[in-house]
Parts: sequence; C-alpha cells; structure tokens
Amino acid sequence: MLSVFQSIEWSSVGQLIKNSPWAFAVIESIHLLALAVIGGAVLLVDLRLMGLGLKRQTVTEVARDAQPVLVWSLGVMLLTGIALFVSEAIKCYYSTPFWVKMASLLLAILFTFTIKRKITLADNATRNPALMRVVAVVSLALWFGVGAGGRWIGFSG
Amino acid sequence: MSLLPFCQWLAETRGSIALHESLYMYPLVESAHVLTLCLFVGMSVLLDLRLLGVTLKRVPVSEVTSRLLPWMIGGFTIMLVTGLLLFYAIPVRSYQNIFFRLKLITLALAGLNAWYFHEGIHKRVGEWDRDVRTPSRARLAGIVSLACWAVIVVSGRMIAYNWFDCDMQPQPPIVNRLAGCQVSGLER
Repeated sequence: MLSVFQSIEWSSVGQLIKNSPWAFAVIESIHLLALAVIGGAVLLVDLRLMGLGLKRQTVTEVARDAQPVLVWSLGVMLLTGIALFVSEAIKCYYSTPFWVKMASLLLAILFTFTIKRKITLADNATRNPALMRVVAVVSLALWFGVGAGGRWIGFSG
Repeated sequence: MSLLPFCQWLAETRGSIALHESLYMYPLVESAHVLTLCLFVGMSVLLDLRLLGVTLKRVPVSEVTSRLLPWMIGGFTIMLVTGLLLFYAIPVRSYQNIFFRLKLITLALAGLNAWYFHEGIHKRVGEWDRDVRTPSRARLAGIVSLACWAVIVVSGRMIAYNWFDCDMQPQPPIVNRLAGCQVSGLER
C-alpha cells in the first residue's frame, strides 16, 4: 500500500504541485470555497429534514433544488482534493485524520446518494418525522467528519 | 496612525500567549472558524444563487432571506468570535500580513454590499419576490457578494503562508508598504 502512495507522490503531477511555491495554496483555496458551498447545500436539506430553515417548502422541493449545487461543489471538492492528495500522498498515508476523512467521505457519499436521497424524494405521506431527523443527524455527523478530518490533516503534519 | 503598538501590547498579554502556545485550543478555534464557513458562507451563497436565479427558483426571495438569515447571523457570530480569537493569538503577524489586510477590506465591502441590498432593492422585494430573473440591482448584489466572499475565503487561507511576511526580507517596497513592515533603510 505504501509503495502505491509513494509512486503517486513521485508521479510527475505530484512533483509538479509539490515543487510549485503556490500550486498547493491555490488548489487548497478552491477546495475551501467548495467546502462552503457543499456545506450550504447539505445543511439546507438537513435543516429542512429537522423542520428548520425553508419550512414552507416540502423536503422534496428543497432536496431537488439543493441537488445540483451539491453535485457541482462535490465535483470541485473531489478534483481539488485528489490534486492535493497527489502532492502529499506519503504524508497522508501516515496521517490518521486522512484515513478518518476518507472513511467519513465514503460513508457520507454512499449515505447521501442512497438512503438520504430515497427519503427526501419520497412522498410526504410516507415520510416519518422521527426518521427524517435521524437521517439529518447521520448526514451532518458524516459530513462533519469529512470537514473536521480534513482540517486536522494540516495540524498533524 | 498605526495600530502596531496596540498589536504589540496585545501579543504580550497572558491570554494571547496562552492561546498562541496552546496545543489544542488554537487548532480547535481555527477548525470552528473554518467549518462555520459551511453555515455562514454556504447559506450566503445559496441566497446569492437565488438572487441570480440559479437555485431555489420557485421559492420567494423574501422566504429565502427570512428563513436563512437567522442561520447566517448565527454563523457570522461564530466566525467573528473565533476570528477575533485567532487574531488575538497572533496579533502582530496578522496585522502586518497583506492577506489579512485584504480580507478585512473585502469584509467591509461585503458588509456595505449587504447593507445596500437590504436598504435598497430588498425593501421592495414584494414587487419581485417570485421572479426567477430578479431586478438587475439584486443580481448585482448577488454577484458582488459571491466575489467578496470568494476573496475573503481565499485571502483568509493565504494568511497562513509567510511569503510576504515582514521578517522575510528583502521584499519589494510595495509589499513592505502594503503590509506596514517597519524596515530599516530606504524601503520605507
């Protein structure tokens, strides 16, 4: 496994980003901008699931509107995230927060695009308020794990 | 008038030193500052995108502002408190950092823009509440807000880099001037 991470970091793309004085900073800034947007899109739906925020709209309406914003910001997040990872893959390999983040990210994406999607797009009649709250809390916890793990990669280096 | 003596005094206070040297407190405050971006900037972006007719198209603008504003105010309060604490921990270097200065100026611009929007076109929101294509002044407010917050987030991140710090001499005279570096010699 370590050798895979080493060859990623020693690849030409990895070295290009690593050796540039500003590439990492610029890519990370874009990563951070996408964090704000993805957070907004996730929060909007999770707050609505808890009966907060845009209360007069149905859960489905809010979820439908938030979906493209979520997908776009997630795309930017993943692309810039991969670029950051490639430039310091070996550090990531030894970083506990990195692995916490990756596990949370995998679960968050799976949860968001399967269970949460199904619940938010279901009819109002079949929806159960207690279940919606649980879904919101699980979603917030998973995405919080992604964000907090991400910030902590920088502190543990 | 320079605020440098004040920053130097602040840096010598016990609380500032304790926060600066703390093992967990400083990273925790910084994490709270960064993650609250999701709440405050995330919600602002959604409002701006509504003004631009990109998302929440069928939700009246007044509904978006009134429902999201409490969350934005809460988020902004956390960002402000944690931001002040981060400055308190590292006052002199922050004060003499061009990205920090850029961030503060852009924050003021974002504030002016929000004030102008609320006191201006938003006062007559009843006339265009359900429009997907909002009045040009509302769209302009959305674009200016998005641009300001992008600059604020990026410059905030860049404060961490010491490229233009006063102790990284020689710097071009313009950098020393903008950062307020006290350089002996001819630069100043």
